[in-house]
Amino acid sequence: MIYLTLLKELPYLLEGVLVALELLLAFMSLGFIIGMVLSVTEVYGNRWSSTLAFMIERFFRGVPAIVLIFLFYYGLSDIYNISPFAAATLALGFRTGAYQSQIFKGAIQAVGPGQMMAARAIGMGKIQAIWSIILPQALRFGIGPWSNEFASELKDTSLAYTIGVVELLRRAKYIVSYTYGNALIVYGFCAILYLILVRLGNTVLYRIEKKLQIPGFETRKEGGLG
Amino acid sequence: MCLLKVEDVYKSYGDFMVLRGISFQLEKGEIKVIIGPSGTGKSTLLRCLNGLTSPDKGKIWIDGVEVTDPKTNINKIRSNIGFVFQSFNLFAHLTALDNVCIGLVKVKGMKKSEARLLAMEELRRVGLEDKAGAYPAELSGGQQQRVSIARALAMNPKLILFDEPTSALDPELIGEVLNVMIDLAKGGMTMLVVSHEIGFCRAVADEILFLDEGKIIEKGHPSVLLTNPSYKRTKEFLHKIIELYGEERD
Repeated sequence: MIYLTLLKELPYLLEGVLVALELLLAFMSLGFIIGMVLSVTEVYGNRWSSTLAFMIERFFRGVPAIVLIFLFYYGLSDIYNISPFAAATLALGFRTGAYQSQIFKGAIQAVGPGQMMAARAIGMGKIQAIWSIILPQALRFGIGPWSNEFASELKDTSLAYTIGVVELLRRAKYIVSYTYGNALIVYGFCAILYLILVRLGNTVLYRIEKKLQIPGFETRKEGGLG
Repeated sequence: MCLLKVEDVYKSYGDFMVLRGISFQLEKGEIKVIIGPSGTGKSTLLRCLNGLTSPDKGKIWIDGVEVTDPKTNINKIRSNIGFVFQSFNLFAHLTALDNVCIGLVKVKGMKKSEARLLAMEELRRVGLEDKAGAYPAELSGGQQQRVSIARALAMNPKLILFDEPTSALDPELIGEVLNVMIDLAKGGMTMLVVSHEIGFCRAVADEILFLDEGKIIEKGHPSVLLTNPSYKRTKEFLHKIIELYGEERD
């Protein structure tokens, strides 16, 4: 009975969920840092640094994720013995970094030039103004679009399957193999697990967004922007 | 020695020459008001004074330090000059109290507890101690502008620059901001104000500078310049603002 097998293998599958979440945490953190650096450089950098940031961002947004994963795994394997997990982290990290940079860039530009001017006018340096005034506001604006990126990246952890990371989908594939079939039920169960994870994640992010909302700001946007 | 000295300042944006050789001085404790049609470089001039914009030519000194010298630590200069914007520009993610605090903590390196006490004092000075916990978007325009004046005051500035501080306000909110400014003036603060509030000019200005097409056309004590200007251009402009703003507000 496949349902009994699924029940028996549930811990095995849930471990796969954990692996997927570890991978997600690793490359989303990397991507967050890359996205921050790229977006701040694109908006506030000089001509050379912002062009460089722009090119990096265009490259990683323009190449399919699976190609990046192969590049980082098989490509790097020629010179360095990289683990599948590390290769997936780098490939997906750079890719989400490029996408996150677009989110942060829009959010930074939504803050309004008056905020930077006022920060400089009381004597803050540029970096300090970005850190203390611009980013705290931009990050709030960014949570909504960021939760989209989060959901799409959570689903894309399954791509790491292709280079042998034993995450949820790969474990499901093992079960399909050794029970000779039942693809619909096993992958269907897998789909439900992904769905639950995405919904949970988005709910948490939505709560965070609500909690960090600046009082009065959403309803009276013209107020402090200027 | 004068607190602010501006010598032959020029500034262009592309082909458009905004400032064409501005020179004037401001003594400690003096209050000068700049009037003039829009697009004549009033805001640009103020922004040149604290280095938010760099002039193409000319020199500016504040308290003996040359602002226009590239070697000058401009952040240090700015922390000594208050700047009040037309559109307030309060930090939207911070409460009124933290708006006043942040410069003290981040720029002057003061302890947060100490900064809060001082900031509360400044909010009291502009009559807003009960709004300390409110965010900018929860305040009226007049209250926001008073917080922004408190933010400037907290830094203990040698000079405050006001860039049309009441132009973005509804008429019934202008008075509360002007009253705070008049109190400051009477307290001896050095102020350079871009404004078309004739009543304010009469009450506190030591001199009015009439700026047109990037030049100071005429200057003089309000009692002279407002009632008996020498130039036709000044007369026409005064007629226009009196039509728009009324002779006196109070």
